Amino acid sequence: MNRLIALLAAEDPNVTHHWLLPETGEIIYGGLASVIVVGALVKFAGPAIKKGFNARTERIQKELDDAANAKSKATSDATAIRSALGDIAAERSRILADADAQAAAVLQEGRARVAKEVADLEAKADADLAAAQGRSNDELRAEISLLAAKATPIVIQRTLNDQTKNELVESFIANVGAAR
Amino acid sequence: MSSAKVEAYARALVEIAGAEGGLERVEDELFRVARAFESNDQLRATLSDSTIPSEHRQQVVAQLLGGKSSATTIQLVNLIVAAGQVRDLPAIIDIVVREASQGKSQSLAEVRSAIALSDDQQKRLAAALTKATGKPVNVKVVVDPSVLGGLVATVGDEVIDDTVRTRLDQLKSLI
Repeated sequence: MNRLIALLAAEDPNVTHHWLLPETGEIIYGGLASVIVVGALVKFAGPAIKKGFNARTERIQKELDDAANAKSKATSDATAIRSALGDIAAERSRILADADAQAAAVLQEGRARVAKEVADLEAKADADLAAAQGRSNDELRAEISLLAAKATPIVIQRTLNDQTKNELVESFIANVGAAR
Repeated sequence: MSSAKVEAYARALVEIAGAEGGLERVEDELFRVARAFESNDQLRATLSDSTIPSEHRQQVVAQLLGGKSSATTIQLVNLIVAAGQVRDLPAIIDIVVREASQGKSQSLAEVRSAIALSDDQQKRLAAALTKATGKPVNVKVVVDPSVLGGLVATVGDEVIDDTVRTRLDQLKSLI
């Protein structure tokens, strides 16, 4: 120990024994200090650093998961949208088909109604015509009957002479007498 | 006039006609007077007009029936005129005729004809109606141009109608 100390004391502190390498003591002291510092770092800063790395890893993993989820959701949404588009097209087709069917039904119903109205009008016209014809016939028949009823007694009165009247009397007497 | 009063006048006429004799002729003439009274508006109006003195109306009767009817018939009609019962003359005379018929056990047969019937026709008609109704009838003929032709006989409720007028009415109802 004394020899080491004497040696150290014998050396000039302002002169190094090599132009590049430090003094042996400094290497030792420096090495020790480095070991201590590194050890301290490993002991005290290591967990924090490790925790930081883990957190960063988790954050990155989470971002990756979120991206995957977003992608999956986007894919699902795209599928849903495509499905919806398909549904819309089908609904459009169905609505158009329904509209066509309703239009056809309305058209058919309208044609049937118009045909029925035309038939009813024709039937009513026929009935009115027949009624008018019947009324005319009845009126003509009544007029003829009235004229005949008025004219017949006059014609008969002029036609019946006393001889005919006398024959009618004789006919009455003969018929009444033969009745029972 | 009430029916009792009409019947009382009728019975009086029957009694008078019976007392005077010739009831059969009188009731026949009265029957013709009644029918003429019914069918002639002017005669009915004249004899019913109370503003005309009854003497004048009796003169009208005498002029109308004079030479055609017996004096008894004229007196009986004038009796009704003087009594102011001219409006009931047909009803009174109808009862007279009916009672006269019943007195002979006959039913009154009122016959309407477009022409006058001869005595022979009336006899044969009476015989035919007697046969048809089963009872003796006293035929009284009324000349009624409205029947046009043929005869209609009413015996009580029974009507035997074979007139041209009725046939025309039936024909009219058919057309």
